[in-house]
Amino acid sequence: MAESHVALDVEIPSDVKYMEGVIELATRKCRELSIPPQKCSLNVRVALAEAISNAILRGNGDAAHKHVRVRAVVNDAAVVFDVTDEGPGFDLAADRPDPTAPENILSEDGRGLFLMHRLMDRVERFQSDGNVVRLTLNRE
Amino acid sequence: MSFSISKQGEVVVVDVEGQLIVGNRQELKQKVLDELEKGEKKFLIDFSQTGYIDSSGLGVLVSLSKKIREQGGELRLANLNDDLQTLFELTKLDTLFQISDTRERALESF
Repeated sequence: MAESHVALDVEIPSDVKYMEGVIELATRKCRELSIPPQKCSLNVRVALAEAISNAILRGNGDAAHKHVRVRAVVNDAAVVFDVTDEGPGFDLAADRPDPTAPENILSEDGRGLFLMHRLMDRVERFQSDGNVVRLTLNRE
Repeated sequence: MSFSISKQGEVVVVDVEGQLIVGNRQELKQKVLDELEKGEKKFLIDFSQTGYIDSSGLGVLVSLSKKIREQGGELRLANLNDDLQTLFELTKLDTLFQISDTRERALESF
């Protein structure tokens, strides 16, 4: 089994103003791990922005006294980000409209989960001391 | 992260400095709507100083494009870096917006 280590473990108050700092920290860690540049500058930043904003606004209902934890574990093959909120979770497998379909292209919403799936190699959701969205990005 | 607005001929140019994300998208929306309210019709958003855009930032661009078109105007984009170009292609928003490589080409296109 591949050896893994914790590259990042931070908890932020449930406020979108704290998002950018965590995302930049995660991006820096990504670059230190020699992961291809676009995976750090695009895939990690945008997918994490989606997961963290979902956690703050939907999971924690924008309640400032709640918290969001962002943790990254790295092994030889992948970086695994866990974004944990205090909410009840949601059905990741539920059918959602395709935001790229011509009838939805003018919609203001509905691109968050789509982007997470397109920018990460795996997206999972489960309960473990809160509602966890797990984003896995292969290193190669 | 901030937005600066200038006027080049008949075109309102908005520079996005930093990120366009859930925390600041309303500020961009309001600034552009204020200009639309004043009667401006031609808008260019320049992303040469932009890091990344999330889904809510993309949503605001779609919303502004609709509102500007409803008023008989047009919103065009310029200077998407490789990451942003990929993001627009993934979401197929590159089919919705007229996107130019440079600010000059975008201004000439109006």
